[in-house]
Formats: sequence, C-alpha cells, structure tokens
Amino acid sequence: MDNARSYPLNAWYAAAWVQEVGRSLSKRKICGQDIVLYRRTDGEVAALEDACWHRLLPLSLGFLRGDEVVCGYHGLVFNPAGRCTYMPAQQTINPSACVKAYPVVERHRLVWIWPGDPALADPSTVPDFRWNDGTDFVGDGGTFYSLKCDYRLVIDNLMDLTHETYVHAGSIGDENITATPFDVTHTQSTATLTRWMIDIEPPPFWARQLGRPGVRVDRWQIVTFHLPSVVDGDVGVAVTGTGAPQGDRSQGVNGHFLAAITPETDTSCHYFWNFVRNYRRDDEELTRALTLGHVNNGKGIYDQDHVVLEAQQRAIESNPRSPFYNLNIDAGAMWSRRLIDEMIARELAGGHGQVRAAAE
Amino acid sequence: MASSPINWLGARLLSTQDVTPDIRVFEIEPDASVPIPSPGSHIQVVVQIDGRTETRSYSTVGPCNDGRYRIAVKLLSDSRGGSAYMWALKPGARFTIAAARNHFTLGRDSSFYLLLAGGIGITPIYSMALALLERGARFRVLYAARTARDLAFADDLHERLGDRLRRVTDESGDKIDLEAEIAALPSDGELYVCGPIGLLEAVKRIWRASGRPIERLRFETFGNSGAFASEPFTVAIPRLGVTFEVPANQTLLDALQANGVAMISDCRRGECGLCVLPILSADGPIDHRDVFFSDTEKATGKKLCTCVSRVAGGTLTLDTGDRAG
Repeated sequence: MDNARSYPLNAWYAAAWVQEVGRSLSKRKICGQDIVLYRRTDGEVAALEDACWHRLLPLSLGFLRGDEVVCGYHGLVFNPAGRCTYMPAQQTINPSACVKAYPVVERHRLVWIWPGDPALADPSTVPDFRWNDGTDFVGDGGTFYSLKCDYRLVIDNLMDLTHETYVHAGSIGDENITATPFDVTHTQSTATLTRWMIDIEPPPFWARQLGRPGVRVDRWQIVTFHLPSVVDGDVGVAVTGTGAPQGDRSQGVNGHFLAAITPETDTSCHYFWNFVRNYRRDDEELTRALTLGHVNNGKGIYDQDHVVLEAQQRAIESNPRSPFYNLNIDAGAMWSRRLIDEMIARELAGGHGQVRAAAE
Repeated sequence: MASSPINWLGARLLSTQDVTPDIRVFEIEPDASVPIPSPGSHIQVVVQIDGRTETRSYSTVGPCNDGRYRIAVKLLSDSRGGSAYMWALKPGARFTIAAARNHFTLGRDSSFYLLLAGGIGITPIYSMALALLERGARFRVLYAARTARDLAFADDLHERLGDRLRRVTDESGDKIDLEAEIAALPSDGELYVCGPIGLLEAVKRIWRASGRPIERLRFETFGNSGAFASEPFTVAIPRLGVTFEVPANQTLLDALQANGVAMISDCRRGECGLCVLPILSADGPIDHRDVFFSDTEKATGKKLCTCVSRVAGGTLTLDTGDRAG
C-alpha cells in the first residue's frame, strides 16, 4: 500500500500562513495525517498528531492550557513535544503515552511541517520561497484548503501555461502562448519551463500592469518546479526591444506566481498561492485588486483553475482508462512528476519500505 | 502514537554473537521489508515456554538500517523462560516477530541528554547514544553493571564516545551519584533510563524530589525485573474458591487466566493498570515490578499489577471483581 503513495513524506510542506496559527487549536490534514497546530506562549508553533493517545479523540476538540493541549474527552495533557504530562485517576504517567510531534519551521510567511521521520528534518531544506517574504516583491495570497484533487494535478496545471489560453482567456491567456515554442530544463530537484514571446501585443492583464498603452512587449514565463511541491513562476512583460530576454527588465513589470501545494490525501490538497510583484509596491489597492483577480468568489483566475482541477479529479476517478495521454506541452509537468517519483523511490529504498517507525 | 494492530511476520535467525558470558546478540532477517527502527524501538518475538506461546519484547541494538534487526538477549536463570528459548535458537531457525515499535523515543528539544543503563538495559541506550552522536547533541552515558565483563558494547561505546561514557561496576566498588548527576543537568535536560526496577525507582524518586518536569524523565521497562528473584508461589482467591500454583517462568496474569479467572489486560508490562487485583494477604513481600503504581501506592500493599508483579514465595491471597457468583 505504501508503494502506491503519491507523495514523499520526508519533506517540508506548507501547513498554514503564519497569521493563521495563534493561541487556539487548528487542525489540518497533511499527507493523510491529522495534525493539530497552535502557537506556544513563547510564539513558536507546535504541531502534534491530532489524536489523543488514549482514545483517539482529535486533540483539536480539546483546549490549550499554557503550552499544553488538554484532551477534551478525559483530560489527558500533552506538551509541545507530544509527551503526556497528566493522566486522570492515577498517580503516575504511563511512559508510553505520547503523540507524534511534528518538526515545524516558520519561513517565507508560511508554517512548514515535516510529516516524515523527524530525525531527518533539516530546516535548511525548507523550499526557497523568498519571493513571498514581502520584501523585494509584495502581494497577499491565500489558500484553497482541501482542494479536491491530487496535488500533482496542480503542479501539472502550473507547469504548463498553455492552459492560460483556454482557461484564462481574456485576462492572461491568448494565442501567443500556444503559438510560441518553449524550453524545458531540469536538475536533480527542479524542472523549469521557459517561454519568451517576443514583440507581441500584451494580453489585457499585462497591458494594465505595464500601463503604457499601445506598446508592444516581450513577455516571459519562467516557471520552476522545486521538489517536491513548490512552484515559482517568474512572469512579466517589458517593452519590446529593450533587452528583457538578455536580462534588462528595467522597461517592464515583473511578478511571481507562487504555489506551495501540500498533499492532504491522495485525492485532495491544500494550495497555498500568492501573486507578488516588484512594481507599485506601496499600492495597497493594487494588491487587493490582484488578490481579487486571482480569487474572487468564483470569478478569479484561480477560481477558474479550481473548477478545472476538481472536475479533472472527478473524471479520473470515474474513468476506467489509464488517466492521461501526453502531449509535448506536458514536458514540464512530466519532468516534475518524474522527480517526485524518484524522490519517493529513494525514500522507500532508504527506509526498507517506508519511513522510520515513528513513536507509536 | 496510537498503536496499530500488531503485524506478525516470519523471520529467520541469521547469526548470533556472544558479547559477554550471558549476553548474546541475535541478527534477525524479517521475511518482509520493514522500516528502520528509530532509537529506543523494540521488536516482539513469539516464544515457546513449557508448551505455552508467549511474546517477549527486545530493544533493537544499533542502527539496524540494513533491513535486519539486531537484538541482545541476556540469559537469565530465573527468567520467565523467554531468554532460554532465544538462547536455544540456532542460526537458520525460523520464528515469528512483530516489526519494531517505539515507546521510548528520543526527544529533540533538549540541550543535554543523560543516558543511564543498568546491565542489559544498555540495548536501547546504545542506539540512543549513537543517534545523539550523529546528531551532534550534548549527552553523556552512565553504564553500570556487576563486573567489567558484563559491560556489553562498552568497548565500542568508549571508542566512539570517549569521556562521554562512564562505566561503573559493582566489583570496582564504584557508584553513580544519581543526585549529583541529576542536579548537574540543565533545566531542560532529559534523563533516559533503562535498567533494573530498583535503579528506575531510585531515579524516579530523585527526579521527583528535584522538582523537574516528570515528562523529561524517560524510561522503559518490559516488566521483567524485580527486587526479588522469580520464584513459584501459590495464589488463593477465596471469593472464587480457587487455589493454584504460579510457576517461576509464568506471569501471575497468565496463571490467573489459565486457571479460569476472568481478567482484562492490555500492556502486559506494568504500565496501564488494567490487570490490577486487590491483595487480601501475602506471606512474602510483594515484588512490585510495574510503573503504574506510585511508591506510596506500592507501600500500602493493597493492590498489584498481575501482568508483571509477584510475591516472593509463599501464598498470595487475592480478591477479584467477579460478582457472577
């Protein structure tokens, strides 16, 4: 059964935006594991298995007392390391009574959790998501929690922007995308799709961002997948002939679409997204407008993806044939999936079948 | 983590190696691919004792990252029979095990770890020491045994740990000053203990008196060590009108069940307190081998954990909750 796992466990996954975790218990399922999150009195985030050792009641139904979680059923108390510190009606504590404590790191405005072997959790391997820091680039994104699709479908979506022409027609999608060839390169942990559209009329969204009516532009999409589930899309336009393909983007506008996609189950995921920009950085109204442009009660760009992704998952589940055929446009997605598969295979080989036996 | 149902699997004994006169290392190859056991893990082995099928828990020794389990078993003359069964196995022998589980996990958030092993209690401590070494953590190992010959794995540990290992033997007259060792720990320091129940109880007392958080004292016991040698004794339950013998190599709980006394139990290592029965009288001292009752409760002599505790000879008269009449 483990061989069928579609995600690595020994990896950092985004679990929440930092502002979403406070002095109360919030629950999240990650890689099939129910987790309860809270902020300790010293401000650090704790993440525990969301099931009491005793009778499995979700600890998220209990309450916080100082830095500890009190189970809402029989009052067992667990500290941030997952150890039981109180048992009712006895003078001792069963030394076996522990729940799993997950390694946590807060970085790039997100809370990252390591669902695999805690001994292997190295904070220096949190995905590079620096564009999300709110420093060079600004923007406020959001999350589709429990998006009803395999997380890899989101990666497919982002690693092939041909879909913009059809899913996002009238905003960022146009015929120039499908008409322009692209390159796909890869390393041991990344896959990058690069497409330059030279001397084109900008699509409506980018024309507004550039704010120079009538000019023709060079448009770029440099989308990088980072193992196992982060995508950074370096996108923008610059006045054509001003050297953007050679590296001078001074006559243009640059954004990054950011995606940290966390498997929830085999067929659902949490999609943390942001669109950040390096122009008009103090323009909060623009920030709000861009956020709404992406997610707006069904009318945003990502709302359009949401509909497609969930419909695709439903189709996969109801369709008896092998799910996909592939086109040349799928190269970026297929390299990403290959890297994921290799990472899972390495994890299984290294652990003789699965990750280490955790605390039980 | 909540226990999942035990997954029994076949296994084969690959080789054995005697590391002291009465401690033997068993290298075991499970039939199926198994997870790498984390430090502090144990496996269970199905053993045959006088025609009865029982299980024994043994800590894994060392990293075991090659798909094989290594355990170390001390041959105990007065044991319940598990060690004698293990020692009779020859390379190539097949038997049944349960894959490793860990009820004695090493923490990650302490600035100093003190590891204390008594005798065969070195098995999980050895694995923990190697893990802490690899992690670059600050730690020390205190390792006590009767004689220098009984200090299994000590040379290897000394080579790896240098001064971080302190060896103490009864024959040298050396003693560990537990109070001083515990007092020297930083406030977030943790102590991991595996050894005879007497050592564990002494540590628990000192730890409690020091006011340190109880959850930073970590210990594991398989309920097989007591203040007295295991001897046969007689059980009488007047309410049920039964009297029977408990052999030296059988637990009181198993003997109760074998004699038709309805019991409930779970952990079978003196932790959960489900198999407790009231004591009406006892000829000899009660040998409390559990970690469920506090010292105060044990001192009253009112109840005992039948899965591990015994009486040191004579007759033990018990009551039960059976009101079926």
